[in-house]
Amino acid sequence: MLDPILTLTDVVVSFAALRAVDGVSLSVPRGQRRAIIGPNGAGKTTLFNAIAGAVPPTSGRIVFNGHVVTGLPPHRRSRLGISRTFQITNLFPTLSVQDNMILALRGSSSSRLFSLFGSPDMEANEARRIATALRATRIADRADVIVKEMSYGEQRQLEIAIALVTTPHLLLLDEPAAGLSPSERSMIADVIRSLDRDITVIIIEHDMDLTLGLVDHVTCLFEGRVLVEEPPEGIRRNAKVQEVYLGMPRHA
Amino acid sequence: MTINVLTSEPLPPAGTGGLSGRTLVIAALIVAAAAALPLVLSSYQVGLATEVLIFGVLAMSIDILAGFAGRTSLGHGAIFGISTYVVVYCSTQLGLHPAVAFALGVVAATLAAAIFGLLAVRASGVYFLLLTLALGMIVWGVCLRWSQVTGGENGMRAEARPAILANQNTFYWSVLIGTVIVSFAMWRLVRSPFGLTLRGIRDSESRMRSLGYNVPLHLFIGFTVSGFFAGVAGAFYAMFNNFVSPSTVALANSVEGVLMAIVGGVGTLFGSFIGAAAIVTLQNVVSGYTERWQMILGLAFVVVMIFAPEGIIGKLRAMVPRKTR
Repeated sequence: MLDPILTLTDVVVSFAALRAVDGVSLSVPRGQRRAIIGPNGAGKTTLFNAIAGAVPPTSGRIVFNGHVVTGLPPHRRSRLGISRTFQITNLFPTLSVQDNMILALRGSSSSRLFSLFGSPDMEANEARRIATALRATRIADRADVIVKEMSYGEQRQLEIAIALVTTPHLLLLDEPAAGLSPSERSMIADVIRSLDRDITVIIIEHDMDLTLGLVDHVTCLFEGRVLVEEPPEGIRRNAKVQEVYLGMPRHA
Repeated sequence: MTINVLTSEPLPPAGTGGLSGRTLVIAALIVAAAAALPLVLSSYQVGLATEVLIFGVLAMSIDILAGFAGRTSLGHGAIFGISTYVVVYCSTQLGLHPAVAFALGVVAATLAAAIFGLLAVRASGVYFLLLTLALGMIVWGVCLRWSQVTGGENGMRAEARPAILANQNTFYWSVLIGTVIVSFAMWRLVRSPFGLTLRGIRDSESRMRSLGYNVPLHLFIGFTVSGFFAGVAGAFYAMFNNFVSPSTVALANSVEGVLMAIVGGVGTLFGSFIGAAAIVTLQNVVSGYTERWQMILGLAFVVVMIFAPEGIIGKLRAMVPRKTR
């Protein structure tokens, strides 16, 4: 196996009596496209939050790119190169796409944060990184549009652009295509497929056809545990996966 | 001011960081027109114009927080008044030079704002409103009761104005110069990288945090800087009025500043001068006709809120692109 960029060892996240993530171990090789699937309540988003730092694990260990990040707050992880999108769109609605990108970029590089009376202009390298991320997500021509005036699909694309602009090593996509029309979905799929192969991508998505066509490897969670880990072709035929998704009660 | 705001919006695209040529020309014309006012106005009206400038700066300082950081402060009247008190006290009781008194007033207001900021920035929405209101009330209570220093209910009379500015017109012009300088500074502030982070906080605090921003620290700095500008307005007011009493730090003063910002248009910055002009004029003209001028003022607010909730400038801005489309 290639050297893993992300390794989880026995990660547990519990809320009071509920063990939302219950001893998950997984290892994601550098550059892989990995899907995390599972029925509602399987612990997918909680696992994401544990990786991104929004909810620190109760126990276990998370190693990212050689750093133990188990207890680090989100912004420290984002500086190490972990970037995420949110299931619920969380943008700056009254600002332009450009300003959204500037804020995303400067959050991780604090050089000009407290420039109280400085010029609003971008530096050349900032402009370049923003243009690259907007091109990668196919909204380069929308830079001056106010976010609330964009379609929901475009907002999802911007959500990915914001995650990309800090040039992460690991991109976590939480249901990037949720609530989108079929044509908007294929746009998102296109965007994800054409991402730089140096970026490791982990994606949570309910749309199986979309997901299985995008990824190299799939982890199926069920009740907080890893149920199956297989390439997409195997997942389609896997009896256990079909069972948890279709809910066939064999021994009820 | 109206024209200035309309043309400087939408903000020029990145790459034209400073003033664009046309905006500069229009701003210069407006300032020139404002400077020419004493030539046509009576000395009473020049006094009103001075008041408009001073309260316009106060309303602008409130708009930095209300319009750009999404935090409406009901404590800025008190911050403004602290500066007024300190300037009056320093020039009468301590006999300091007016310039020194002015500087000390601004410093005191900035310090007060820093303390207000420390206590209030973790709150938002109505809690922020209430906290700043309560802090302002404390200042009012202190000014009312600490009568050895503040003169209590009677207030303090002063000759805070330096001799060379004794003339009404000269004083107006010096306030105008001060106003132009601090307005430019505030305009730069809201457009700066720091101003952008404030607008980001207004739009989505949670996203700002997840992007790695220290939200309370940004709000604290924003509040303190805004208090500095309110302090400048308060120091000018001391020299304008030559008198200070607890009503200067009272809640009514804070509310008036907020209303000016709202009437002009929250988030428009320069709309504050329109709001200040509207309210100061209304107060002084209507009170000449009826004792119930406050009722008329109240009705005027209701009308503005119904027909132009985005404020006068906000309304005009919304109308202009429709015509040109």
